[in-house]
Amino acid sequence: MSNFLKASIGRKLLVGLSGLFLFSFILVHLTVNLFLLAGQESYNIATHFMTTNPVIQTIEPILAIGFILHIGISVWLTFWNQRARPEKFLKVDQSKSSTWPSRNMFVLGGLIFIFLVIHISNFWYKINFTEIGYIEHGGEMVKDAYTMVATSFSNWWYVVIYVAGAVFLGFHLNHGFQSAFQTIGVSNEIWRKRWTVLGNFLSVLIAAGFSIIALYFLLKTL
Amino acid sequence: MNLTLKIWRQKNAKAKGSFVTYKLEGASQEMSFLEMLDYLNTTLIKKGEDPVAFEHDCREGICGTCSLYINGRAHGQDSMSATCELRMSRYKDGDTIVIEPWRAKAFPVIKDLIVDRLAFEKILEAGGFISANAGAAPEANSIPVPREHADKAFDAASCIGCGACVSACKNASAQLFIASKVSQLALLPQGRAEAKSRARNMIAKADELGFGSCTNTGACEVECPKGISLAHIARLNREFLKATL
Ligand code: SF4
Ligand code: FES
Repeated sequence: MSNFLKASIGRKLLVGLSGLFLFSFILVHLTVNLFLLAGQESYNIATHFMTTNPVIQTIEPILAIGFILHIGISVWLTFWNQRARPEKFLKVDQSKSSTWPSRNMFVLGGLIFIFLVIHISNFWYKINFTEIGYIEHGGEMVKDAYTMVATSFSNWWYVVIYVAGAVFLGFHLNHGFQSAFQTIGVSNEIWRKRWTVLGNFLSVLIAAGFSIIALYFLLKTL
Repeated sequence: MNLTLKIWRQKNAKAKGSFVTYKLEGASQEMSFLEMLDYLNTTLIKKGEDPVAFEHDCREGICGTCSLYINGRAHGQDSMSATCELRMSRYKDGDTIVIEPWRAKAFPVIKDLIVDRLAFEKILEAGGFISANAGAAPEANSIPVPREHADKAFDAASCIGCGACVSACKNASAQLFIASKVSQLALLPQGRAEAKSRARNMIAKADELGFGSCTNTGACEVECPKGISLAHIARLNREFLKATL
């Protein structure tokens, strides 16, 4: 095990695994967000479930660890990789040999991180730790997260930030998805193509899914 | 054809190098890229200047000695081709060509366009072998090898150790080279015995020598003159996992 963590491949494996874990979280997150389109009651019940269900509550700290691992090790590896080429090339043309997201995962990750900070303080923190209005659904009083989200998305500038965050995430996953499978060794000539196609599809789905919901609320206020 | 060449010149390993621009007149589209450099050197020698040092040997894409980073790409713009296989017919009169040595911490420049690739030998010494007694060649069919494995191992073994993968990689990672060496042995029964220590030791050596780590951009596969597949890197990762967990 110590060999595993000492080696660059071992660390990269942790980046891939934590990435896949975070990816599964993104899918759950998008699914919950889709309840926003179903209306106030559905969404509020969904968030009530997410903020009170014991299983979800135990996963939350694991999720936090996932983020810390993914970000921490990536930053470390990026600096390590910088050191591997102290003298740079004068002219570099990698546009024909690799995709733009694959070469800019660190930048994209950094942008997503900035978004994440804004996003967490705007929604997750507010829903969990501040007093927001309550509303009755089916005889039970639950927090009215729907109204809070709708209010946030009526700010055009917040929608701009949100859509930008979703697009950065899409680009990040566009490379990250197939890269994670390659890193954990679950890939070969045929499967790499499949992971890539699936990754392209899922990254567009995720970027578009999150964006459409935000835009839907903005358009509703017009 | 007339060309403008921007070439990295560096007296020796310790000296500070810089780019020198040469106007080359009278090169021909029928020349190979290396012949064009030979021609440049002839003009330099005639003028009493130091010719540009670059590596070459077979000039037919099999030895892995040639190693130039041309206009931002390892071995130039053509795929599945080493620098020595690049033809001047790919260039036009008046073109500017930037020619650089491989750049990586583990590949220090010795002179001009020549780098020291001993680091690859050190990685091989760390695990790229089988320690079987080499007696007389045994009967070929006494150890059955499935055709598919034999083919894949052969593909991996076609790596010529040029180092283009390292210079094409934004992280200067040697992963494709290591993967080809690990695969060619791991796929064959004779190589299984030491499979565990091999992957682990070769990776540890590469880390120690200062190569970067793989982020799966795939640039190596595109620039590799032998088209070594990224699938070998996935196999290397599997071998490494098996060896360490
Ligand atoms: S893997 Fe390809 S690019 Fe890398 S050393 Fe071998 S032949 Fe050269
Ligand atoms: S000189 Fe031998 S491969 Fe180019």
